[in-house]
Amino acid sequence: MALMRISSPHATGPNRTTQVMLTVCLATLPGLMALVWHFGPGPLINVLLASIFALALEALALKLRKRPIGFYLRDGSALVTGILLGLALPPYVPWWLIFVGVFFAIVIAKHLYGGLGYNPFNPAMVGYVVLLISFPLPMTQWVLPAELTQQTPTLIETLLGLAQGTQGLPDGITGATPLDAFRQNTGELVLDVYAQSPVLAAGQWAGAGFEWVNLGFLLGGALLLQQRIFTWHAPVGMLATLLLLSALFYDGGSSNSAGSPWLHLLSGGTMLGAFFIVTDPVTSTTSTKGRLIFGAGVGLLVFCIRTWGNYPDAVAFAVLLMNFAAPFIDYYTTPRTYGHTKPRKATEKSE
Amino acid sequence: MNTSTDQMETPSTAEKSVDYGELIRNGLWSNNPALVQLLGLCPLLAVSGSVVNALGLALATLLVLVGSNTCVSLIRNHVSDAVRLPVFVMIIAAFTTCTEMLMKAFTYELYQILGIFIPLIVTNCAILGRADAFASKHKLIPSVVDGLMMGTGFGAVLITIGAVRELLGHGTLLANMDLLFGEQAGNWTVVLLNDYSGFLVAILPPGAFLVVGFLIAAKNLVDQKLKEKREKNKIKSVKGSRRVRTTGTIS
Repeated sequence: MALMRISSPHATGPNRTTQVMLTVCLATLPGLMALVWHFGPGPLINVLLASIFALALEALALKLRKRPIGFYLRDGSALVTGILLGLALPPYVPWWLIFVGVFFAIVIAKHLYGGLGYNPFNPAMVGYVVLLISFPLPMTQWVLPAELTQQTPTLIETLLGLAQGTQGLPDGITGATPLDAFRQNTGELVLDVYAQSPVLAAGQWAGAGFEWVNLGFLLGGALLLQQRIFTWHAPVGMLATLLLLSALFYDGGSSNSAGSPWLHLLSGGTMLGAFFIVTDPVTSTTSTKGRLIFGAGVGLLVFCIRTWGNYPDAVAFAVLLMNFAAPFIDYYTTPRTYGHTKPRKATEKSE
Repeated sequence: MNTSTDQMETPSTAEKSVDYGELIRNGLWSNNPALVQLLGLCPLLAVSGSVVNALGLALATLLVLVGSNTCVSLIRNHVSDAVRLPVFVMIIAAFTTCTEMLMKAFTYELYQILGIFIPLIVTNCAILGRADAFASKHKLIPSVVDGLMMGTGFGAVLITIGAVRELLGHGTLLANMDLLFGEQAGNWTVVLLNDYSGFLVAILPPGAFLVVGFLIAAKNLVDQKLKEKREKNKIKSVKGSRRVRTTGTIS
């Protein structure tokens, strides 16, 4: 199966790669601010460190590949990868963890495949998944939001944390995330889970802190939509599928319940994934119908892995699995070409 | 090309002479079953999590490969083409069973760790490939040498992958060698990285693919460098006719 080429006419606009990437960087700000507000300076340090590593490793990879360094660094794609990975990582992880993640994202997932535009998998998610399956302990320890602990780690504690992880932080500052709380639920009603888990009890809809972070990313995503950086199809496909499935399996709050739709929409990496990961122009599908299918597939996988899988959150796995499927979806969702009444079928023999 | 002929060969045979240097080079480097032919990847990726697993499987594969090459070479003139492959597979299966029994008898714990991958040596295409492509067309001694070299080449790659994955995943080398070499090997473990939290992805299946990928890339890089060096050392012969050129540079 040959990969599909997108035929002309190509609309050109003022959105150059650099501008798109920088807008995406700006749009992560509401989410980042919510993270810092609830979890202390850790997320900010994560993002800064990941961006620096990303730019440095990108420069190194370009130098080894004998490509113009300045030209490719200026397109901002490495910066976006670094920022997204930094946002996805739990706060207060040791610095070498960030480095390993960024190394896998930039060098292995991006440059070994040929650089920007050639990578079949989303680099930030590859880095995240490698870290998650390699270092499950530090990758699943989230600090509790500030509402619960009445304190966030200070800057000095954060810098100490970079050397030794959450061990350097005060006791009792880490705890179960909302999705963890549901993952560990053994036969209790949803209301009881909410009452027992401090992070869920303190929240409005889906756990203190995490819901505001997700709303922040939703705001950033809305900004990007308004700027026409991407179309609405993939995020809406993903969120609608997730909403539908979680409403179907909510089960009225019984002990078998998979959690309310609010919980699924506003916890974990749902909004970050929906607006910043599945909309990646390189690794997702190209046609509008294809994007809807791609987003719906991500939503379906996220719900299945969260509910019946071994990991509490699933956005990264779901995105990587759908990245595999993206060329296949493209193949079967060929759009109607200008001047033709019907789209060509993928199974049609070429003349 | 080296033209030294096979000394063991009687002049009366019609089979072409065999260059042993070429056999050794092919097996270990230029036609390595794991890095160039990419055969037998299933056991290669599945059990190369540590040096001892890799060494165990490498020895088992070597034994089967040499045995099957020997037998196939001996019966090569008496088996018709139609039943050739089933016969080869039967021979390989017999040797695999022998190996399995040997491992059960002497290295039982390792046998249990390697599990299904010992019986699966039967389906290792590197072995059937050598039987069909080489042993069925050559005399006994070249076939044995070929089996030995291909097995060694496969084993060397297997052990390298095992070492890299064990080092990245656990920070040790040669751990648990007592499974293969008895009690006194128990303290061979070399701890290279103390207080190492372990890079689990190296032990998991993706790590095997990554390490094999990097090994293939390294081999290609070495080949390229060697080629460049050879080109540089080669005395440039003046090609073409001796006609007088009136324009351009004179070559």
